[in-house]
Amino acid sequence: MAKGDPGAPARGRRAAPRSRKATTGDPELVQLLTPSGERIESVTGPDGTEYRVDFTDEEYRGLYRDLVLVRKLDAEATALQRQGELGIWASLLGQEAAQVGSGRALRTQDMAFPTYREHGVLYCRGIDPIMPLGLFRGVDQGGWDPNEFKFNMYTIVIGAQTLHATGYAMGVAMDGKTGTDDGEAVIAYFGDGATSQGDVNEAFVWAGVFNSPLVFFCQNNQYAISEPLERQTRIPLYRRAAGFGFPGVRVDGNDVLATYAVTRHALDNARHGQGPSLIEAYTYRMGAHTTSDDPTRYRIASEVEAWQAKDPIARMKAFLEREKIADAGFFTEVDEQARREAVDLRERVLAMPNPEPDTMFDHVYPNGSPLLDEQRAQFSRYLESFEGSAH
Amino acid sequence: MATETLTLGKALNAGLRKALENDPKVVIMGEDVGKLGGVFRITDGLQKDFGDQRVIDTPLAESGIIGTAVGLAIRGYRPVCEIQFDGFVYPAYDQIVSQVAKMHYRSRGKLNIPMVIRIPFGGGIGAVEHHSESPEAYFAHTAGLKVVSCASPQDAYVMIQQAIASDDPIVFLEPKRRYWEKGQVELDAPLSEAYPLHASRVARAGTDATLLAYGPMVRTCLDAATAAAEDGRNLEVIDLRTLSPLDLGVVYESVRRTGRAVVVHEAPSNLGMGAEIAARITEECFYSLESPVLRVAGFDTPYPAARVEEEYLPDLDRVLDAVDRTFGW
Repeated sequence: MAKGDPGAPARGRRAAPRSRKATTGDPELVQLLTPSGERIESVTGPDGTEYRVDFTDEEYRGLYRDLVLVRKLDAEATALQRQGELGIWASLLGQEAAQVGSGRALRTQDMAFPTYREHGVLYCRGIDPIMPLGLFRGVDQGGWDPNEFKFNMYTIVIGAQTLHATGYAMGVAMDGKTGTDDGEAVIAYFGDGATSQGDVNEAFVWAGVFNSPLVFFCQNNQYAISEPLERQTRIPLYRRAAGFGFPGVRVDGNDVLATYAVTRHALDNARHGQGPSLIEAYTYRMGAHTTSDDPTRYRIASEVEAWQAKDPIARMKAFLEREKIADAGFFTEVDEQARREAVDLRERVLAMPNPEPDTMFDHVYPNGSPLLDEQRAQFSRYLESFEGSAH
Repeated sequence: MATETLTLGKALNAGLRKALENDPKVVIMGEDVGKLGGVFRITDGLQKDFGDQRVIDTPLAESGIIGTAVGLAIRGYRPVCEIQFDGFVYPAYDQIVSQVAKMHYRSRGKLNIPMVIRIPFGGGIGAVEHHSESPEAYFAHTAGLKVVSCASPQDAYVMIQQAIASDDPIVFLEPKRRYWEKGQVELDAPLSEAYPLHASRVARAGTDATLLAYGPMVRTCLDAATAAAEDGRNLEVIDLRTLSPLDLGVVYESVRRTGRAVVVHEAPSNLGMGAEIAARITEECFYSLESPVLRVAGFDTPYPAARVEEEYLPDLDRVLDAVDRTFGW
């Protein structure tokens, strides 16, 4: 089980909440927790699947803790960028539930292919949040082993990783690792803008015809930098899946419970050999695309305010309070933990050393290259030619 | 020692078969590579013998072929991708340049992408547009990729196996107009004792000028050398074999002896392989040169209609004309 995995067997599950109908007024949206924090016992998706979660109090509190920590660390990274310590930062603000819900739905053996914004998924995989900050600080370009963490390196070219995920999932099937409860599944993250990319559509084709154990997880945060969803699609994104021959579902991406339920279901289908599916997590990018962006140029304040009212953390807190699952002491303790982890992250980012110049020649090829050896030697001689050079 | 006479295409087929036999992680993927055996039949019979999990007919999308192969490589497979024709590689260009080439670097060496991208390249077969291109400079210019080209059945058989066994991502350029040319192939020689993959080689020894070529132009240059010999001129021909990294030690040694060098390729001359080779020969052999390094190449036009491709492609006469010019300096 991954750290804090709410899928772990546990005693003392809460009594199911009162049965409710969806109050969103949107029959296309799977939701188990309303913006005001009311629980909906179960929801039936467009293909007749019934979605529900059955968490213990501790697990509910764990999800809340994840959401708060992930937001706090993200805010710290934004601050570090503003202070010149990171070159750029792609904030996940507003998308915490989509990432924590799907990230916690992964089982230990599952493999994730992120974009460059999945800091929350990374956290839920139990990975040190410092790991991607080297990329944004400019001291490396990722630098981790995807297989060690079951989490691919960030991919900046939009949609390219969906093909990698598909190929990896083909390999899972070729290895005979599907068809059982402990089978492996793969999740590919991407955004609404990416759905216009050829690579994403090719990934849909491939995963469909090879019946790959793959979940396409689209965080529809409504904007591709400045371009609204209407510039990418004429139909709801999840409905595109039908054209490729696999199920698609839209979930309230600001609802950590529904996101968890929908993702866990899709992953389990995949691991059991039932092929791919598409999840559209309907959410909103509360911040800028990156720290280089100015969203006031292309969206109005009232829209942001409307989404503010659907905040993923506020609704979870309201639920915990209403159901008396957590008290004030708990919330204070979580905030304090978040503060400590943010301070720790900051200190470690500031301590990241710059790479030595000649390390740029490292790892271009597994088997090296005489051409590069020559250039490296020339470069070293050049550096040494400076009087008093430390090199 | 089993030696057989094989065409270059059949030698590639035999090399691929051996790679599939030797390593269960090797998978071949591409358009029509299965039942059909590829449009040039290079993978003929392999799906029948190794199954459709090892020799995979893919959907018709080149970026998808390379992108999914990246994922398979991350999973531990060794994908051998066939791009059906040179002019169809461009939809996969992003995956090749931004993903295949950079994964090892970005991961600080923790991840290898041991992929081979086979591309039948070059003209001379009377094909319709987009079927006769020579895109090697695009790939040789990209750090993280290695690029090789074979010119003989023996090299085809050995080099494809070496490329598959290598952990580097390799663009493997096959001279499609030479697929049907025959040569002796030693089938049992151990790979470990074979001539290295990333090494150039003298294909014909000579003393008066050095011709440099790879892939389809090696045959053209050998023919030119034979014709020149009748005129009393003794040309050395070097098969470059590896375009990235270039292996120019043998070239420098040759040019220091002959004082004259002509680089020959089908690709357009502007910013092509010949430009880089000429620059480096000039740096290394400046005082030995009796003439500037000359290039005989395709023109800087789109690849022309088939009925004029003979005029576009470097041939024996154009090569010898360039050799003459090196003597007239």
